[in-house]
Amino acid sequence: MDALNDILRSFRGEYNKTPVKIQVLDCFLVYAVFTGLVQVAHLLLVGSFPFNSFLAGFLSCVAFCVLTVCLRMQIDPSNADFKGMSPERAFADYVLCNGLLHLVIWNFMG
Amino acid sequence: MLSTAADRVASASRRILVAEPSTAESTKKLQRSAAANVVCGFALAGICLLAFSLRLFSVIKYESVIHEFDPYFNYRVTQFLTKEGFYNLWNWFDDRTWYPLGRVVGGTVYPGLIWTAGIIWNVLHFFNIPIHVQEVCVFTAPLFSAFCALTTYFLAKEVRNQGAGLFAALFAASVPSYISRSVAGSYDNEGVAIFALVLVFFLYVKTINTGSLAWATANALSYFYMVASWGGYSFIINLLPIHCLACIFLGRMNSKLYVAYAPFIILGTIEAASIPVVGFNAVLMSEHFGSFLAFGVLHAAMGMLYIKHILPAKTYNAAKALALSAGVAFMAVVAVLVVGYVMASPTFGWTGRSLSLLDPTYASKYIPIIASVSEHQPPAWNSYFTDVHILVLLAPLGLIACFRPMTDASLFLILYGVTAVYFSGVMVRLMLVLAPATCCLGGIAADQILNTFCKSIGPEEGSGGWVGLIKTWMDGEEPAAQSDSVSVDSRPASSSTSSAPSGRRQKSAKNKSKEAAAKEAEASPFNAFNLFGGTRDKLPRDVGIIGALFFFGMLVFYVFHCCWVSAEMYSAPSIVLQSRSPQGGVHVFDDFREAYGWLRHNTHEEAKVASWWDYGYQTTAMANRTVIVDNNTWNNTHIATVGRAMASPEHQAWQIYRDLDVKYVLVVFGGFVGYPSDDINKFLWMVRIGGGVFPDIKEPDYLGERGYTIDDKAGKVSFL
Repeated sequence: MDALNDILRSFRGEYNKTPVKIQVLDCFLVYAVFTGLVQVAHLLLVGSFPFNSFLAGFLSCVAFCVLTVCLRMQIDPSNADFKGMSPERAFADYVLCNGLLHLVIWNFMG
Repeated sequence: MLSTAADRVASASRRILVAEPSTAESTKKLQRSAAANVVCGFALAGICLLAFSLRLFSVIKYESVIHEFDPYFNYRVTQFLTKEGFYNLWNWFDDRTWYPLGRVVGGTVYPGLIWTAGIIWNVLHFFNIPIHVQEVCVFTAPLFSAFCALTTYFLAKEVRNQGAGLFAALFAASVPSYISRSVAGSYDNEGVAIFALVLVFFLYVKTINTGSLAWATANALSYFYMVASWGGYSFIINLLPIHCLACIFLGRMNSKLYVAYAPFIILGTIEAASIPVVGFNAVLMSEHFGSFLAFGVLHAAMGMLYIKHILPAKTYNAAKALALSAGVAFMAVVAVLVVGYVMASPTFGWTGRSLSLLDPTYASKYIPIIASVSEHQPPAWNSYFTDVHILVLLAPLGLIACFRPMTDASLFLILYGVTAVYFSGVMVRLMLVLAPATCCLGGIAADQILNTFCKSIGPEEGSGGWVGLIKTWMDGEEPAAQSDSVSVDSRPASSSTSSAPSGRRQKSAKNKSKEAAAKEAEASPFNAFNLFGGTRDKLPRDVGIIGALFFFGMLVFYVFHCCWVSAEMYSAPSIVLQSRSPQGGVHVFDDFREAYGWLRHNTHEEAKVASWWDYGYQTTAMANRTVIVDNNTWNNTHIATVGRAMASPEHQAWQIYRDLDVKYVLVVFGGFVGYPSDDINKFLWMVRIGGGVFPDIKEPDYLGERGYTIDDKAGKVSFL
């Protein structure tokens, strides 16, 4: 327990040092995860019909999380893997990918 | 706003036009690399032309006709598409087959190929070019094989360099295994699916190398095209997780891998579910569970990386221990759930076709229809040599070359090669998936081999090998040492365009001397082995020259072999047969089309025709009559009914056929000319499949003393 508190405290301390832009993205992530969990709860409580709508909604939450994490990694200045990429380019790619995602989701939702 | 943009453009152009220091050097370099790219472009155009023309033999020998059996169904669906439109194709219920059950075509066909031909036809007709649907269908596959060669170039270039790309494109354009399924007239899924496969792999490797979400989007789109085209998409959805896990466990994980893999999996799953023939199998069938597993493991690994990045060391260790224990507990719960779900299904969640790949004995025990198809048998060793020729030698060399240096991209190629070799050993049909892998690996090996020989020939180190030699002869000038660009003497290029293949190899020699100088700089621990010409030890010059000549000779043999195989072995339309008469003339057997024509003109439009399932597609397409069973083989019991009717005495067979409203029975008999694949030869399969469902048909009843033999000396004719 002590160790856990230690970890959490040090994590919170380090996390406060991340830029505000990235913390805003993390809020989006939390929101998307929450929406996904609500849909899973609905599936467990009410049933799986129509299954394609559930899949579309749930997978869109997951995909949105994944894409936002990608964006977060690309605009994080401390990430050495994406040295040459400007944040504008990262955001433009993010919008493009989200466009495709929502097109596919809209088609599959039924 | 405008002025600042104009200013930016002006300053940029000034930077380009104004010479930098050492002006002569850098402009020369620019010129050389520009000319090299132009030459490379021309080489690629030649390769695409080669790919297209190698597949036209059957059109020249016979006529522009659709081959085999499956393409006729695809042709019929394309006809429906051009008449009724894209939207009606989704809802088409076909009542001309599987009488009286019918077939839901919209939900059971892989529409990618149909859409492709339909779009090409629509575009042509939009520009008032009135090409018939059949011509579009016949020439779709050669066109896409040219695109596939181009894509193989990009893939190998992404993994290694331009020289490897050019060789890989040349190999892919002519490899016989791919020719066999994409010849003009073979209007089947694999014709476009292999192009889509290589495209997906190229875009995946590109995303790993650049880490850009834009390439990931393109990758997801190409995967959609792949899922729409072929059931072999499950190879991709299992290979990419293997690669992802390999990267994680070999310590090669970085954020670019995440960008390449994670969006692709989720987008790919939804796209796969959007195609009706896949539907919910995209999340419920075991084929896809591997991708989800790797998705989870990737997230866990990324999470650990993030925590390591953000926490100080001591706290990280404690957090790691905690996370690992929590993770193991969670994985145990998930594993129990998945195993429980999988065990509940009799096939462990896999579809029948996939299971027959994993367990090669499965099909012969449980699904005799899958076992009876000749394409599903394991290949003999010589079919490897026929189908990929010298790549049998070059691909293992390329496999070794991929290890030094190993990048994420070359690791992917290694895994692709190994898994493709395994699966091609299970089923002959999957040699097709092996072909692009061997082409890329062979391209890498060929590039390095030529690199070694050319460096040995060149007058000094880092002189650019081949090119340095040419320049010495032509200009009498010593090429600059350590130059990392290609010299642009266009005269050697034009003087040797007499034979296209050697011209192409020259270009690749030029292009990869770029890499030669770069390789010199890198110190490799493998130099001691001198495996691929460690840059310090050159071979003696004579050995280099002879070696290069031998290598070119091998490539010449390869091209000869591919042309011969394409002309003689893979250009038979199998609906028209040719043979030589004793006087030396050629006799054409057009019996199939005559039979279908007779049916079309002499029977009532609603008459039902029964035959063995091989001829179902052709009968509906050419004779335009309703059939009982066809090549789709989705209903085993229905086929067993027809098999039982074929195996029963006449009165009982008549009764079975009357119950199915059949008026005509089509039987193929090759006894007059010794045609080997007629219904008499296939009769035992009818008995086996019928006996699989109706126990009163027993195979031993149909075997004589020496088994089931046909007098194969009767009227023997050898077919061209």
